[in-house]
Amino acid sequence: MQVSKHHHHWRKLKSGCVSIVCFACALAVIAPLGLVLFHLVRLGAGSVDWHFFTALPKPVGEVGGGMANAIVGTLTLLGLAALLGVPVGVLGGIYLSEYGSRRFNWLVRFMADILNGTPSIVWGVVVYALLVIPMKGFSVYAGAVALGFMMIPLILRTTEEMLTLVPNSYREAAYALGIARWKIILHIVVKIASKGIVTGVLLALARVAGETAPLLFTAFGNRFWNHDLKEPIAALPLQIFTYAISPYEDWHRQAWAGALVLILMVLALNIGVRFLTRGKFSARG
Amino acid sequence: MTLNSIPLSRLAGQATGIEASSVTPSPVAFDVRDLNIWFGSHQVLFDVALQVPARAVTAIIGPSGCGKSTLLRSLNRMHDLVPSARMEGRITLFGEDLYSKKIDPTLVRRRIGMVFQKSNPFPTMSIAENVTVGLRLNGLRKSDLLQERLETSLRMAALWDEVKDRLNAPAISLSGGQQQRLCIARALAVQPEVLLMDEPASALDPIATAHIEDLILDLKKEFTIVIVTHNMQQAARISEHTAFFYLGKLVEFDTTTKIFTTPAQKQTEDYVTGRFG
Ligand SMILES: Nc1ncnc2c1ncn2[C@@H]1O[C@H](COP(=O)(O)OP(=O)(O)O)[C@@H](O)[C@H]1O
Ligand SMILES: [Mg+2]
Repeated sequence: MQVSKHHHHWRKLKSGCVSIVCFACALAVIAPLGLVLFHLVRLGAGSVDWHFFTALPKPVGEVGGGMANAIVGTLTLLGLAALLGVPVGVLGGIYLSEYGSRRFNWLVRFMADILNGTPSIVWGVVVYALLVIPMKGFSVYAGAVALGFMMIPLILRTTEEMLTLVPNSYREAAYALGIARWKIILHIVVKIASKGIVTGVLLALARVAGETAPLLFTAFGNRFWNHDLKEPIAALPLQIFTYAISPYEDWHRQAWAGALVLILMVLALNIGVRFLTRGKFSARG
Repeated sequence: MTLNSIPLSRLAGQATGIEASSVTPSPVAFDVRDLNIWFGSHQVLFDVALQVPARAVTAIIGPSGCGKSTLLRSLNRMHDLVPSARMEGRITLFGEDLYSKKIDPTLVRRRIGMVFQKSNPFPTMSIAENVTVGLRLNGLRKSDLLQERLETSLRMAALWDEVKDRLNAPAISLSGGQQQRLCIARALAVQPEVLLMDEPASALDPIATAHIEDLILDLKKEFTIVIVTHNMQQAARISEHTAFFYLGKLVEFDTTTKIFTTPAQKQTEDYVTGRFG
């Protein structure tokens, strides 16, 4: 009796320890995000004002100015990158899920997974060699291509996975109606998976939105407005980088503000994803 | 068919083939001959010969795994979609070879509607969109014609009165039985000549099942129906002819009355009386 009671306490103690350790680890996951947000808000929030969104950077030495061109630049780069990454990624994902042979699919998946793990600076260097040198200059095109290339394998994989999740019974029902295969895929299967596919696209955008390395040798950055796709363009991550390593107090202040805006943009994309995936399972896909 | 399981008295009739028997007074819809089907190296149907009469209900019964679904899916070339599947034999519908090289399987499927065991309305579409999807994706654009077919199909599927006020509601908001009738309406909307049903009521409660059975009795005035069922009473209630399959072979095909009262085969008798299956 005595022994079993002792055991009971010991077990309880062990179980308590495990749950405390697990809780601490869970906390350790949230802590960095909380820390980052806290830090950015503390140092950056004061500088996120009307000027920040509407004004161009001031010349070196002058105080004030904003990052309007960098914000527009990032949106331009993301838009153009999506123009490349979304069609190629989505159509490739459709091919893998609905057509391809087993061997070919294995190869493409394997490549996509390698590409997903490729350090982003590599994309910058590759696009520098492929586009910047032949075009004799940094450009919006080059920046968008570097980001677009990064998006392709991400979108390809999520699209494929989302399409594979669509139960075969819907494909069969559509076949039984005498609908042609490509119409079944585009109008029925892709539509059923569309939330998941859009989620994948948003996640890919969020992933590349903050990339600096691939833009260093491609979009390069610009202190002025740029309306020419063949010219260098500003981007938030580049601007933050330049400002953060500068010796000026006022630029440091703006770098914090830029970082805060950038992380809020990424957070907004992630919230968009949450919103889309909500109720996904109750609606049967 | 294992020869030693067939009484001698039947063998005489067997020689001329089942198609020559008194079973099919009405015109023949499907004429299946020497059908053999394999999945990879695994043969699942053996020398099946069967004539499905037009404008009547033919029931297919037999224990699980005996090849009922496989037979049904070979009738509308859904079977082609399985990469490992291989088929030998000949299937005609109203005299036309369904497996002729010149024929487009998509067009075959348009002539032959199919309803599955588990109802599968498209989850992204409304009730109305589900019914008209086959027409729309086959190029029909005229909205008045679509509207007309929508109502006709839903009425034929005995669902119109229940959904006419919420045609734009999501299809998945319907009950299980209603969803299955919606799937029937969807199949009817493309105006097929034949309706194949693979255990259409096996996932439904008795009331919903009764609905579907009434519906089948209505539909057979216009359509040829082939229905796979696990439910002996159901086969007896709704079909004119019944085919009994066992281990991939057609054991017996005759009028439903005959199959359920005086079957020629011992195996059939054992199965319909519930001694195995
Ligand atoms: N897609 C498939 N691939 C391989 N084997 C299959 C496939 N579909 C059915 N089979 C096999 O064919 C046999 C008959 O199956 P099925 O026609 O579904 O039987 P039933 O509908 O009478 O229960 C079973 O042994 C089953 O395992
Ligand atoms: Mg079956």
